[in-house]
Amino acid sequence: MSYFLFFLLAIVSIASILAMILTKNQAYNALLLILAFTCTGGLFALIGASFIATIQIIIYAGAIMILFVFVIMMINIRDGIPPERKKWTIYFSIFVAVVFLAELFFALKGTLAPLSTSGIEQSSDPTSLGRLLFTEYLYPFEITSILIIAALVGSIVLVKKKENNDSN
Amino acid sequence: MSEILIILIKVVLALVWLLVLTLYLTWAERKESAVIQDRIGANRAAIFGLRMIGLFQPFCDAIKMIFKEDFSPKFSRRFLHTTAPLISFVFVAVTISAMPFASPLHIGDKIITMQILDINVGLLFILAMLSLGIYGIILSGWSSNNRYTMLGSLRGAAQLISYEVALGLSLIGIIMIFPSLQLSKVVTFQGDLLFGFLPKWGIFLQPLGFLIFFIAALAETKRVPFDLPEGESEIIGFFAEYSGLKWGLFMMTDFMEIIIISCLTTTFFFGGWQVPFLAADGFHFPWGGEWILAHGVVILFQVLIFNLKVFFFCWLQILIRWTYPRYRYDQLMDLGWKALIPLGLINIVVTGIVMSIIK
Repeated sequence: MSYFLFFLLAIVSIASILAMILTKNQAYNALLLILAFTCTGGLFALIGASFIATIQIIIYAGAIMILFVFVIMMINIRDGIPPERKKWTIYFSIFVAVVFLAELFFALKGTLAPLSTSGIEQSSDPTSLGRLLFTEYLYPFEITSILIIAALVGSIVLVKKKENNDSN
Repeated sequence: MSEILIILIKVVLALVWLLVLTLYLTWAERKESAVIQDRIGANRAAIFGLRMIGLFQPFCDAIKMIFKEDFSPKFSRRFLHTTAPLISFVFVAVTISAMPFASPLHIGDKIITMQILDINVGLLFILAMLSLGIYGIILSGWSSNNRYTMLGSLRGAAQLISYEVALGLSLIGIIMIFPSLQLSKVVTFQGDLLFGFLPKWGIFLQPLGFLIFFIAALAETKRVPFDLPEGESEIIGFFAEYSGLKWGLFMMTDFMEIIIISCLTTTFFFGGWQVPFLAADGFHFPWGGEWILAHGVVILFQVLIFNLKVFFFCWLQILIRWTYPRYRYDQLMDLGWKALIPLGLINIVVTGIVMSIIK
């Protein structure tokens, strides 16, 4: 049963990512990405990491992608990048993708052992996760939240700029 | 094998409970609104001349909806147009799996939890499913390829996203005092007594949290004080291009959301299946009386009281829907972002201070 579910979720997520890269319509891109994120959440749930699974769905599939969909559907962009810029971006993106893949592979090579799900049971428990976040990893946690607040304030400042000029 | 069978039975029972209650909620809404407006309400549907104050009406409505023409406009995006109502229906219906209906039932040496899915992050699971349900609204508006439905769905999505923040914040207080995300544990913690006589329910410990939760939850159901996405009397909503059974699914989803919100309110703030003074072996009153009951009777009591509480909140939501006028859009956003979210943050801080003093 779990094998069947694993292959179903894995195939759907990979297929939706491929379809996302290949389709031109931005709205469909966003929707396929949501499908992929949800399937990834399902994969996390399958190995018993229920906390990470729900967080994956709430944050990625729910909160972040809904803003993408919102903007895409409101603006309704039809044609993509102009053709003269397109060539350059293709080569650059292939280069970045290969570098990123290599980096990921070298970083994760050590952990690519069969059935390396030890520690999952521990990390899926929200209590122990919260305790770790607020004791051992307190500074990284707080610094991340400061970064997010900075981004938030920055975006508000960018939006407000025009209004300030008018009043001055 | 018997494990799978038990789970199957539980799934079927929970879904039947939800769907029958949804059907009869449409009847209850008609009757209650009729009483409020001094009318009689739907009472003509009859089987062999037996009218039963319109109790057969939901079935007539369902049959009518099934046989209506299922029309989708030529200009719509056909596939998404069909999946959108399914998305919003499924993601609301699936949340019933996390609701605890009663304490675990012991048959011989077998323990059957009265809950389909007792995961340790039940609360987050429900929030995740509700946030995925928003895509049904957005997709229905966008795939209809109609400017009015598009605007309706954008209004709806903006409203739901805003109030989801307040909903999450109001529940943090509950998580702080009943330290678990597991719904069955949250309910079990509410079985204790405060000062020896008051049941330790969420409402007594988190009155402000309850207020914020209930208002935000009302906004999540997209009904009258907050029915900006749909606005059935004047503005055009996101399902204007739907007909027949697909439209029926959207309507069913609305009523199902009422039930889910009632279940959540009961579970978090009104002790879920906890009956005051009822322990595992019977009633123990604080003034000294005792009434020992069998295990099965206790479970039956708990299921009954859970249902009663859910019915009460369904009734309350229908009452609110037929009593108050609609918010204006800017008032809606102000209430969400400038009133409920700051109040939610204050609630968290106050809860933290009180908890650290008591500790």
